[in-house]
Amino acid sequence: MHLPDGLLCTPVWLACDVLAAGALYAATRNSQRHFEEKTVPLTGIMCAFVFAAQMINFPVAGGTSGHLLGGVLAAVFLGPWLGCLVISLVLIVQCFLFQDGGVAVLGANILNMAVIGTGLGYLVFALGKNVWPTRQGYLASVALGSWLSVMASAAACAFEIGISGTYPTGLTLKAMLSVHALIGIGEAVITGFIVTTMLVLRSDLVTTYPAELKS
Amino acid sequence: MKTSEILIGLGLALFVGTVLSPFASSWPDGLEKVAEHYGFLSRAAEKPMTPPVIPDYEMPGIESKTMATSVAGFLGTLLLYFGGYALARGLKHSRAVAAPEKPAHEA
Repeated sequence: MHLPDGLLCTPVWLACDVLAAGALYAATRNSQRHFEEKTVPLTGIMCAFVFAAQMINFPVAGGTSGHLLGGVLAAVFLGPWLGCLVISLVLIVQCFLFQDGGVAVLGANILNMAVIGTGLGYLVFALGKNVWPTRQGYLASVALGSWLSVMASAAACAFEIGISGTYPTGLTLKAMLSVHALIGIGEAVITGFIVTTMLVLRSDLVTTYPAELKS
Repeated sequence: MKTSEILIGLGLALFVGTVLSPFASSWPDGLEKVAEHYGFLSRAAEKPMTPPVIPDYEMPGIESKTMATSVAGFLGTLLLYFGGYALARGLKHSRAVAAPEKPAHEA
């Protein structure tokens, strides 16, 4: 759901640019707290994988497609702050090199997918895994957080289009949420599959997985 | 992480970006579909504000669409690996400079 230039009015995209810049500053500061040696190559792999996966549009209903956003995936492995930076870097490269997403609305795209999507998705995931502290609960929280991250990004995007006066907020919101409810299932399945596989292969790389659940 | 594990991870990402990317669905994505349905897709800017480098994930100058997508995916994936690596290195380094009295917890 990369916004192109032209769909948001100037005050809205300017405000989004300012908010995104603030969020990236906060993410930069906070992501520096827990750094291990493995974090550096893992961040590289996560950026590469999210970019590659975002190229793979899968068909959903009615001639519509969707692709992984990867925010919760990155946050589950690297924590929410670095996860936010991973998605932001992908969006920046897509914007300037691949003309995917407008330049003026880059802040809006970062805000929607890297900040709001990743942030809210991670919060629900973190809450869920604490409420249900088992392996099943952890994986269910991954899936729920992933689905919600797509819905939150779609809602933010619809809201920006609405307050820009491009199209009525209510209708845009309803249409965006109903399409992305399906795309979000793809997000939950892909993220759940990768996390499940990695818990078997290298659970130490899944840094948010509670140590007491490791067997 | 061992070098072999890093190569497996990067190799998997490159596989997705290079081999799988030509098979992606070309249907419009969720936002495009909604914008098209409600008739405001035409308000999207025609011309990008910056000069195009690899527009639409197809490497310019390659005739085959499949090949052009694969090359674009390969280059983008590789670039993001190094970009992400450099970002994390930079964050780690600047923290070490900012707080030299606290040794880094490096494994």
